[in-house]
Amino acid sequence: MIVELGHFALILAFGLSILQTVVPLYGAHRGWADWMAAANPMAGLQFVLIALSFGALTYAFVTSDFSVLLVINNSHSLKPLLYKISGVWGNHEGSLLLWVLILSLFGACAAWFGGNLPASLQARVLGVQASIGAAFMAFMIFTSNPFLRTDMAPFDGHDLNPLLQDPGLAFHPPFLYLGYVGLSMAFSFAVAALIEGKVDAAWGRWVRPWTLAAWIFLTIGIGLGSWWAYYELGWGGFWFWDPVENASFMPWLFATALLHSAIVVEKRETLKAWTILLSILGFGFSLMGTFIVRSGVITSVHAFASDPERGVFILLIFAVFVGGALTLFALRGAALEAKGVFALVSRESALVLNNVLLAVAALVVFTGTMWPLVSELAFGRVLSVGAPFFDAAFTPFMVALAVVLPVGAVIPWKRGNLGRALRAMWGVAVLAVALGALAFTVQTGRSVLAPVGVALGTWLVIGALADLWQRSGRQGIGARLARITRLPRADWGKALAHAGLGVTIFAVSAVLGWSTEDIRVAQIGESFVHDGYTVTLTGVERVQGPNYISSMGHVTIERDGQLVAELAPEKRVYPAAGMPTTEAAIDYALTRDIYIALGDPQDGGGWALRTYVKPFASCLWLGVLIMALGGVVSLSDRRYRMAAGARRAAAPLATPAE
Amino acid sequence: MRVLLLILALVWSVPALAVQPDEMLSDPALEARARVITEGLRCVVCRNESVDDSNADIARDIRLMVRERLLAGDTNDQAVQYMVDRFGEYILLEPRATGSNLILWAAGPVLLLLALGVALAAARRRRAASRDAGLSPEEEARLKEILGE
Repeated sequence: MIVELGHFALILAFGLSILQTVVPLYGAHRGWADWMAAANPMAGLQFVLIALSFGALTYAFVTSDFSVLLVINNSHSLKPLLYKISGVWGNHEGSLLLWVLILSLFGACAAWFGGNLPASLQARVLGVQASIGAAFMAFMIFTSNPFLRTDMAPFDGHDLNPLLQDPGLAFHPPFLYLGYVGLSMAFSFAVAALIEGKVDAAWGRWVRPWTLAAWIFLTIGIGLGSWWAYYELGWGGFWFWDPVENASFMPWLFATALLHSAIVVEKRETLKAWTILLSILGFGFSLMGTFIVRSGVITSVHAFASDPERGVFILLIFAVFVGGALTLFALRGAALEAKGVFALVSRESALVLNNVLLAVAALVVFTGTMWPLVSELAFGRVLSVGAPFFDAAFTPFMVALAVVLPVGAVIPWKRGNLGRALRAMWGVAVLAVALGALAFTVQTGRSVLAPVGVALGTWLVIGALADLWQRSGRQGIGARLARITRLPRADWGKALAHAGLGVTIFAVSAVLGWSTEDIRVAQIGESFVHDGYTVTLTGVERVQGPNYISSMGHVTIERDGQLVAELAPEKRVYPAAGMPTTEAAIDYALTRDIYIALGDPQDGGGWALRTYVKPFASCLWLGVLIMALGGVVSLSDRRYRMAAGARRAAAPLATPAE
Repeated sequence: MRVLLLILALVWSVPALAVQPDEMLSDPALEARARVITEGLRCVVCRNESVDDSNADIARDIRLMVRERLLAGDTNDQAVQYMVDRFGEYILLEPRATGSNLILWAAGPVLLLLALGVALAAARRRRAASRDAGLSPEEEARLKEILGE
């Protein structure tokens, strides 16, 4: 019964979303205040309906209702509660429901908190947002309905893919979707602005926090996914340039570009057309990602069970929305007049360079991801494009970005002096090169990658600090420190995010350049030395988990006779899904991770054991976290809170008289 | 469907970690060379995994084959070519920069130059436009007045 109610709520929401598309857009066109205002309650109601529907599906999973097909295929009565809940979005149909839930949440937020927007702009934003929802709900109801029942309910389900039964992966998709779908706000604002024919500073001030919020979620989502791959897949890789990873990375690159160019719109009223285009591309690539994951056109480790019919449907959605928006852009984009003028050397130009590098890097990832398909169709050449290509083709852009970033961040708006900006950063550059050189001499004979990472990381982190320091005036140290603490939060956010990027770049190159590996047959009780650590496999026991059987190794790590860690790497078999997984054991520390993965028992006795020491691996996720934190701090800046205050004051005015 | 099951069986029936201790060569220099090669070879039944990272049977076979070739005295290039002859270009994770693949490799630099060119042209246009939109003679006069001339 509850499942049917959820199904019904979804269909109601679908109908409502069509209404919410037509009424406000037409109302805004004719200038009818009541039709425009109708969008607000509709957006709220739509969110409530989809939330009910999502709740009903969650209920079916939690109670293990095996008359629902989706629950049979993705759940098992013995599964821990957390994974029963995360199982709701661990599959194609359920994840789509989460997708539209988040979409409607953003729409409702624009209705609830958008009181200070011009009425016609708000109506158009909500109309466009609802049209995206309508398309995806149609897709769901007609091709991927999560509420289908079967008349022969089995005793138990087929279980969720064991790789997905993990806390990291339980929270990875919601974050990712909050990011992907959050970019729909920038898209809706862009299309609404194109219809209105007006983009001004207020528009920029509105779009930036939404983009920033989406970017924060996307950053955390990608970070979580990468961390999961690191500890779950058993060899300590953290990024594989898999099509599905790329599908989340391209919107991230565009969102990063967008949130920088939106600053220019907000502060200088220029780069408007470009910012609109980025808003369209950012969400366009989110849709493209959805297509890649769900169509099966490009095979990948993460792809959901795929089906060509669904692929065609998503491609259609993609073509209508992105094609439509780009057509609108071609027709109206030129009319967006830029106000602010800037010299070639200026903050604006630096941000243009940032945008160029990020956008081209994203397009390189796109080309590499799609190339196997293009090559096969157009040239009849069946080939692979893997990590070595992306490493070679993508890395130079990130290096260039890191090199110009600290200088670009201190150049003044409108007209700057490159010599002065360089002089300010001179000391930092010397320090960065010196530390890189030091790392190079100490490491003797290993790849030059890690020392370059040391130099770039120092350059970014100290560069961000130097930027803050320079903004603190010219008085004594005490006065300057006091002033630093009073700088706007946007400045702190900027410094944190840039420093976080530095930490991440350093950590990536340190892990890639300095990791050591040992693969061997370890006899129980025998010790061996790896990279200064004495490793002993003391025993392997059989452990029965709730829905799996595990061979759990016990490994002690010692250094200079001192116990460093006791680790328990596991190999699990999930009988319901008939699938083994590796659970590596990791001793985390800031300067190094010790990573142990257990292999098979060997014929001659003993177990295969892999030991890695990965220097500064934790810094990778720390850096990502610092970046996201920078976003949060920037989002709490006074000018957005001021806007919030103005909103409350303006709210009663925005509700029209009947 | 049956093919899919077969592939799944291939991938998952062997719950083993990637590179196994019994595969490794005793000569560390040769083993290091083998690793360099196998890192760049795709496990042909997997999705976007190198044979080094894969648990599949075929990945193990490929790893062993590469080591056999090296023991037989092949250079790295010869060993890679040997695999390409058997499995096709598909096995290379890094596509060769020949023929149509030149488009792929040139995409980054060409797009970058193009984007920089467009950005520069736009900047120039903007400055030209701003010069046109300079002060009118009356405004010039007023400005001089204010500046006290």
